Amino acid sequence: MTAYLDHAATTPMLPGAVRVLTEQLSRTGNPSSLHAAGRAARRVVEESRERLAASLGARPSEVVWTAGGTEADNLALKGLFWARRTQDPGRLRVVVSAVEHHAVLDPAFWLAEHAGAELVLLPVDGSGVVDVDALRDELATNGDRVALVSVMWANNEVGTLQPLDDVVGLARRYGVPVHADAVQAVGQVPVDFARSGLDALTVSGHKLGGPGNVGALLARRGLELTPVLHGGGQERGVRSGTLDAPVLASVAEAVVEATGARDRTAARVAALRDDLVTRVRAAVPDAVLRGPADASTGGAADAAHRLPNNAHFTFPGCEGDSLLYLLDSAGVEASTGSACQAGVPRPSHVLLAMGVDEVDARGALRFSLGHTSSAADVDALVEALPGVVERARAAGLAVVR
Amino acid sequence: MRVLAALSGGVDSAVAAARAVDAGHDVVGVHMALSRTRDQFRTGSRGCCSIEDAGDARRAADVLGIPYYVWDLSERFEETVVADFLAEYEAGRTPNPCVRCNEHIKFAALLDKAVALGFDAVCTGHYARIETAADGSRELHRARDAAKDQSYVLAVMGPERLARSMFPLGDVASKSQTRAEAAARGLSISAKPDSYDICFVADGDTPGFLRDRLGSRPGDVVDTDGTVVGTHDGAYAYTVGQRRGLALGRPAADGKPRYVLAIEPVSNRVVVGPADELAVDELLGGDVVWFGAPPAGEVACEVQVRAHGAPAAARARVEDGAVVARVDGGLRGVAAGQSLVLYAGTRVLGQATVTGTRRLSGVAS
Repeated sequence: MTAYLDHAATTPMLPGAVRVLTEQLSRTGNPSSLHAAGRAARRVVEESRERLAASLGARPSEVVWTAGGTEADNLALKGLFWARRTQDPGRLRVVVSAVEHHAVLDPAFWLAEHAGAELVLLPVDGSGVVDVDALRDELATNGDRVALVSVMWANNEVGTLQPLDDVVGLARRYGVPVHADAVQAVGQVPVDFARSGLDALTVSGHKLGGPGNVGALLARRGLELTPVLHGGGQERGVRSGTLDAPVLASVAEAVVEATGARDRTAARVAALRDDLVTRVRAAVPDAVLRGPADASTGGAADAAHRLPNNAHFTFPGCEGDSLLYLLDSAGVEASTGSACQAGVPRPSHVLLAMGVDEVDARGALRFSLGHTSSAADVDALVEALPGVVERARAAGLAVVR
Repeated sequence: MRVLAALSGGVDSAVAAARAVDAGHDVVGVHMALSRTRDQFRTGSRGCCSIEDAGDARRAADVLGIPYYVWDLSERFEETVVADFLAEYEAGRTPNPCVRCNEHIKFAALLDKAVALGFDAVCTGHYARIETAADGSRELHRARDAAKDQSYVLAVMGPERLARSMFPLGDVASKSQTRAEAAARGLSISAKPDSYDICFVADGDTPGFLRDRLGSRPGDVVDTDGTVVGTHDGAYAYTVGQRRGLALGRPAADGKPRYVLAIEPVSNRVVVGPADELAVDELLGGDVVWFGAPPAGEVACEVQVRAHGAPAAARARVEDGAVVARVDGGLRGVAAGQSLVLYAGTRVLGQATVTGTRRLSGVAS
């Protein structure tokens, strides 16, 4: 029996999404074909588009299907940059927060290295909240040279919810489009595309109980995007490629289910998370909760500014990979939260941007809960953790020596 | 036992891990990341350092059904193995980085971390045998396949670390048997080429690596009587016994080829001379490691000074904690910095680092 505490990496498929996928898998027909089989497949695709749009406050015509969150982020960054630069060659500045996922950060760096972009990284505070004043200054100084702004809805490592209302409000004054990677947010907190005022928003299937390798970019009608994938001209001509009707039906079902059950699931998961935080702090008193914390309650997670399913700690004197191995051996599955670089675990750029020093950042662990989480998962973690931390500390010292 | 199997991504370590699993141990695979700037694909005959190699290691672990982790030991590797490599060449000595890696990384940093995490032993794909003596102590022996024997580079670890090591390939008859076993086990790397270059030196170009890291330091190449016979761009690029690449303008008076006899780091000179002046009779070794008690008097043994060098009969004794080995018939081209390993038959008696050599017969005729 393992305790799965890595739902932010991927979460089990919802039963409805499995049912819809398996029901649709034996279907024949390319949605672009004009015959009956094609028309039937097309109907599934369009109904799925409508269901997903309705769940996220978007119009069906604003849904661009992609092969996952990474592709949607790449399309947003590159597509917006190239389209804006075509309209106005002076718009070269790409403004992103320093704590973005690599799927946003790396395209931004790539544009700077290969396409003449000027990269602007917005700093964050100690909780990971983006510095809105820095954005205000950037727009005041360079407003007519900014191509786009991209700030994530919620951070994947420390769960910080970003002040997107402020970001959108500022950017709108300068006519600058704003993209948000909402991969971690959909199904966890209310996400309404129209109400958000965003120009583009990324959603991913497998983070909310749908299948993998599928997602969407919600793109405001009339938003100019230069295609990244050229070909048959599907999806407004912005994203070519034959659509996979069964998978789209499944991901739409997952979005409908996840957003429909959101408040109930979030309340249950947040209670488990609060219990986890309290008990981890009791079991390992020097563990430090990273991300938004509520000082008035002695350092519990700050529910108003944090994803309900996220807990993130650094354990002084420990290496994250030692902690992971030892927890894995004890049947507890978690994550350091940060991506490997060349197969080597590196200190998280998110923690470093938050001002955590490199040594402390190495001892990071993210626990993320989801729709299948139970009190038994938290019990298993809390039972294993003191011994695991003691061992990892000894191993950390062994290598420092 | 709980066993940590070091997986380089090559055939040997994968089959060694498989044998540890077969023996009933609780095995976890670990790939050591020894460089932070890794290439995507393997090039030349470097064995372990690309992302492709890490992927091969991971795939092998999956096939064996064992967990797999990457441990970043790149900082430690740079501080010890690479830094030592540069410092030794700079000082006119000839280091063996694989010995230093076994001393500081595999059977030190990796082993210490493994033990702290609750492992009982580290398993590697080295070709060497561990035997248990009558008194229960562990002995390090040459591998069954003399052509693959790696006891020379392992001896530095000493008896305590040997007790926590496991070399399941020590009794393999030949490398082709290892490959056949890998293929039979469904390991896709069974045909992967052997590695033999220094892993952190791109293209196997050691002089080029040294030049990049140490810079150009021109100096003179001199004869044994001090006559300048040429120039060099850095004495570190020369090794005692080297003949090729000297590019001397003037031929020797007797017309015979000249060899590097000595590197003089202080005066930045490379001394060259005839082959017979390369012969030495006694090797002096410091930083001595003994398996068992040091010999009380003189002990008959065989000495080896290169990873794939032939062993030579010798008599060894201890003087002020150092080893003095008198080689029957002498040895040619021994440089300070090389590892000196003493054997009794297949058993390793001890290991030392060559600090100097002596010629007993005066000027060779």
